[in-house]
Amino acid sequence: MTTTHTSPTTPEAPTARPPAKSLLARLIGNAAAGPLAALVIAVIVFALTTDTFFNLDNGSLIVEQFLVVGTLALGQTLIILTAGIDLANAAIMVLGTLVIAKLGQHSMPGGLALLVGVLLCTAVGAVSGTLVTRLRLPPFIVTLGVLSVLTATGQLFANGESFAVSSGVLTFLGKRSYLFGQIEVTYGMGVAIVLIVGLWFLLTQTSWGRNVYAVGDDEEAARLTGINTRRTLLSVYVLAGFVYAIAAWQALGRIPNADPNAFQTGNLDSITAVVIGGTSLFGGRGGIPGTVLGALVVTVLTNGLTQAGIDSLYQQVATGILVIVAVAVDRVVRRRAA
Amino acid sequence: MGHLRFPSRVPVIAVTGAALLVAGCTSTKSGGSDTSASSGGKVSIGLVTKTNSNPYFVKLRESAQAEADAKGAKLIALAGKFDGDNQGQVDAINNLVTQGVKGILITPSNSTGVLGAIKAARDKGILVIALDTATDPASAVDATFATDNEAAGVKQGKYVKGALGSKKPAVVLLDGTPGSTVDDLRHKGFLAGFGITSGSSEIKGTAVTNGDQTKAQTAMENLYQRDHGINAVYTINEPAAAGAAQALSGKTGVVIGSIDGSCTGVGNVKSGKFAATVMQFPKKMAQDGVDAVVDFAKTAKKPSGFVDTGSQLITDKPVAGLDSKDTAWGLKNCWG
Repeated sequence: MTTTHTSPTTPEAPTARPPAKSLLARLIGNAAAGPLAALVIAVIVFALTTDTFFNLDNGSLIVEQFLVVGTLALGQTLIILTAGIDLANAAIMVLGTLVIAKLGQHSMPGGLALLVGVLLCTAVGAVSGTLVTRLRLPPFIVTLGVLSVLTATGQLFANGESFAVSSGVLTFLGKRSYLFGQIEVTYGMGVAIVLIVGLWFLLTQTSWGRNVYAVGDDEEAARLTGINTRRTLLSVYVLAGFVYAIAAWQALGRIPNADPNAFQTGNLDSITAVVIGGTSLFGGRGGIPGTVLGALVVTVLTNGLTQAGIDSLYQQVATGILVIVAVAVDRVVRRRAA
Repeated sequence: MGHLRFPSRVPVIAVTGAALLVAGCTSTKSGGSDTSASSGGKVSIGLVTKTNSNPYFVKLRESAQAEADAKGAKLIALAGKFDGDNQGQVDAINNLVTQGVKGILITPSNSTGVLGAIKAARDKGILVIALDTATDPASAVDATFATDNEAAGVKQGKYVKGALGSKKPAVVLLDGTPGSTVDDLRHKGFLAGFGITSGSSEIKGTAVTNGDQTKAQTAMENLYQRDHGINAVYTINEPAAAGAAQALSGKTGVVIGSIDGSCTGVGNVKSGKFAATVMQFPKKMAQDGVDAVVDFAKTAKKPSGFVDTGSQLITDKPVAGLDSKDTAWGLKNCWG
């Protein structure tokens, strides 16, 4: 765990980066340049074409709409960086919301129910991680299985009901406040910022983070340089599970009603955000800033296209094209770097 | 013939479909021999719902089971894996045929994919009744016991228009899934009841929600951001209405109408989150279906045509000239 470099055979970022790095480039990394450009273009276009897009209220709304899928995408980023994929993240989160809401309704104070939910989601992450590292099963298969199991478990647990939440602790992240008297913010935004900065710090400023990139880039090479690849991988899944629990808390803040049928496409939405954010599906390249921008791009597109009066099916078409473009760009960058 | 939610989404299917289908085939083809037919002289009735998970279908199954128990019949309940799982439903029908059921009650997936299997079952003398959702053509089954969704939509539309009073309407339509029969009928009914057409200037926006409350919330937020004058909302079902209500919380003067009549939905009408809902009666569909098969086994008499199981407007703020029941009645008669 002390290694500070990826293996010598991985010329990852350096070749792709311009020689002189601006502060911005250093903060967000090269892979995030594309989604940043897409975001800026989208904002300019919508600001020019609609009367209702470019104002503080809508800005707050966009951030609020970003929170749940954005948080899911943060966990997803960790796993995709290791060249894995998590199909189960939304299912883990939904089960979390159901358990937290149900316990909070009857038997427990909200804080304790939340703690149980956090432990549950983290434990599911640990199980997935164990299956991936110990049995060497492909993450796609492990999380596909977990998705199936948890979706059904959620349905069985809820038995056709949805659970309303009234506890202040559980809906805390949806509470609104005003900055400078006019910018509407929710507490969820604060939590998201802490999470984003925390994960960014872990990935870029610690040896653990370098190990994650190294494992994602070339697991065998990482192992040969002395990285405990199993432990690194397992820790990624556990941490991702914890992040999904935070997403569950965000979800309860946004809709104080846990429904087993909610967020049916959350897993794919999070993958979409990560991919648009420039994190490579082949591992080892990308990161948190890109994912935040990627999730914002998707949210801004939905928000802006709706206000421009574009049918929601065309919005899906636009998002789909963006995903393909993002992966194509990743391919080209990889080929040049190789 | 509506369903409360649309629990499966196409992209999820794309990823999980293959694996689930494999699982579905292996579990539903285990019937095998003819010897298991109507055990102990009991009438066997098959029930095939769209999914096992949707609370609406859970309620339908429970009601069918209770009625079968009361009539001394045996109910075999199977389901597709997701909404639109034709293959799973075909497997289920085949399985029921080999088990020698007297009749099959089916909530068909919205495409025509299951008609071949239904025909094969009817050719063997099995009574087939569509519950909740009609087949296309409707004559593919012996009879259909379902909500008249267009009529239910008309009730919703009339109510929302009436509740607006003299205000100039600014309507948002939160649809379910494009192309679904139930959606089209409710949508059409709402417009007719409200007295507008799909091209009317009163319509300020439409969105696809898939009956998912989170999607409905985001769509409603964005549409309201676009036009703060919105004062009337059509919703395909109660989760969509709950999402709309959450998006509009704190804003007054918007009338949200819905359809379904689940206990959660009626509770939301009671608490004022939405103005009204139109209740449908899955319990009645299931009971009537089971009774029809039991009758058929005794008398060989088959029901036919479309049998409307009715719908009821539920609100605590009645509008003159519209028949409605209050939420106290609603909570006694709700499902799920």
